[in-house]
Amino acid sequence: MPRYYTEEHEWIEVDGDVATVGITDFAQEQLGDIVFVEVPDTGAELSQGGDAAVVESVKAASDVYAPVDGTVTEGNGQLEEDPALVNSDPEGEGWFFRMTLSDKSQLDGLMNATAYKVFCDAL
Amino acid sequence: MSDDRDNGEAAEVATATLPLDAWHRAKGGRMVEFADYWMPIQYEGIMAEHLWTRENAGLFDVSHMGQLLLSGDGVAEALERLVPGDISALKPGRMRYSLLLADDGGILDDLMITNEGDQFGIVVNGAVKWEDIGHLRESLPDDITLNHNEDYGLLALQGPKAVDALARLVPDAANLVFMQAMPAEWQGHAIGISRSGYTGEDGFEISLPNDALEAFADALCAMEEVKPIGLGARDSLRLEAGLPLYGHDLDPAIDPIEGDLGFAIGKRRREEGGFPGAARILGHLADGAPRKRVGLLVDGKLPVREGARLFDGEDEIGIVTSGGFAPSVGAPIAMGYVPRDHAVPGKPVAAEVRGKRVHCTVAAMPFVPHRYVRKQGG
Repeated sequence: MPRYYTEEHEWIEVDGDVATVGITDFAQEQLGDIVFVEVPDTGAELSQGGDAAVVESVKAASDVYAPVDGTVTEGNGQLEEDPALVNSDPEGEGWFFRMTLSDKSQLDGLMNATAYKVFCDAL
Repeated sequence: MSDDRDNGEAAEVATATLPLDAWHRAKGGRMVEFADYWMPIQYEGIMAEHLWTRENAGLFDVSHMGQLLLSGDGVAEALERLVPGDISALKPGRMRYSLLLADDGGILDDLMITNEGDQFGIVVNGAVKWEDIGHLRESLPDDITLNHNEDYGLLALQGPKAVDALARLVPDAANLVFMQAMPAEWQGHAIGISRSGYTGEDGFEISLPNDALEAFADALCAMEEVKPIGLGARDSLRLEAGLPLYGHDLDPAIDPIEGDLGFAIGKRRREEGGFPGAARILGHLADGAPRKRVGLLVDGKLPVREGARLFDGEDEIGIVTSGGFAPSVGAPIAMGYVPRDHAVPGKPVAAEVRGKRVHCTVAAMPFVPHRYVRKQGG
C-alpha cells in the first residue's frame, strides 16, 4: 500500500478510499517522551493542513495536521492507554486515526518515502 | 505536526553559547534557545534523565545564570534594603534563598545569597540577570562594589549519589549540609561549592572557572553514577519539588506571600520591615494574600500546562503557571494561582485545556518529598 509523507511529519498510508495517519519516526524522535495523544472523534471532518490531533510530550503540546481532506472513521484507542506506542512504533502500532479520502488528487502533493528522507536529511 | 504550541519567544538579541556548548553537542544534547543561550533541553530523553537524577546523580550546566559578587562596608545592610531576608544574620559559609523586590513588593527575581566571608555571592536567573544587574547598580550605594563574574561557569550535581561522586574530586564537599557553601580547590583552580540545588534532591552547585568546566564535567561524567541532564528534566524535577520558576510562577505582579514564599521573609524583617513593598507584604502576611500559588494534582493523563485557566463551576478563578507530566509522580501535575479560599489542599478546581475541563485538586507541595541533607550523620 502506498505511503505518503507531509512536510509537517505526518505519514498517510492509503488503502483504496481509506487511509491510516500517524506521525513519523523523525517526528517522535524530535518530540521525545510522549505522554498523551488526543485523536479526533469518529465522524470528524478534516481538511488538508487543518488541526486533526494533538500529541503531548513531556515538554510541550504539538498539533498534528490532516494530510488530506476526509472524514475520520476511527481513532486509535490504544494510544489513550499507552501513548508511548508513538515513541516505540510510530509508523505501525502507534498510528493516530483512520480516515476516508475526499480528494485523492491531494496525495500527489505529498512526498514518497525517498523524498521525505531527503527532506529530513536537509533539516 | 508542529511545535507551535510551544511558548517559544523570538530571540531579540543574538543567542549566546555557553562555555560547554561543544561538550553538550558532543554528548548528544539537543540544543534550544533559553534565556538568550543555546542550552541542552535533553540528551537521551527527559523522562529517563529525570528518573536518573532521582536515583543517581545528574549533572546540569547552569552557566547561563548570573554569578554576582558584592563587597564593601555595610553590604549586608545595603542588600536588606532590596530583599526581605535577614542578610545581616547570615553567617560566613551559609546561604539563603531570597527575593529581589520592586518598590511595590512585586518579585523582580528570586536568587541565592551566600556569605563568602569577605563578600556576598549572588546567583540570579539567567533570563533576567541583566535587569537584575541594572537594578542592583542603580539601587546600591556607590561604595558597594558589584562584579558580574563572567569568567566562572556554574554546574549543578543533583541526586542521592551526588555526594559520592563529588567527594571523589573534592572530599571536603561531603562535610557541607544543605545551604552551606565553601571555597575549594580542584586541580589548581579556585572553585566554590554549595550544597543546594533546584531538584528537591540532595546535591551541589559548583562554581568554577570557564576553562576548568570541561575537565570537571568530564571527570564527573566518567563516574558510573553521573549523567548529563538537560533543561527539560530540570523543569520537571523542580516542578515536582514545588519550586517556582521565575518568569512563569513568579513575576513583578506577584509578591512573596502570594507566591507562597513567606519563609523568605526573615523573622527580624517581619518585625522591622524596611524592605521594598513591606506594607503590602506584611499586610498579606498578617491577613492572608487575596491569591496564592498552589500545587495541582491533575486527574487523568492530559497535561495541564502554563496558561490554562482555572475554574470553579462557571467562575474563572485563576491560572496555571507551570505544568506538565511528572515522571516520578506518574501523572500530570501543575502549579498556579487561585483565590485564598481555594488555596486549601483537597479543594477541587477545573483547568481548561483546548476547550475541555480537566478536574484538578489543590495539593500541598512538594509533590515529591525533598531529600535535603540538613545534618551531618543525621
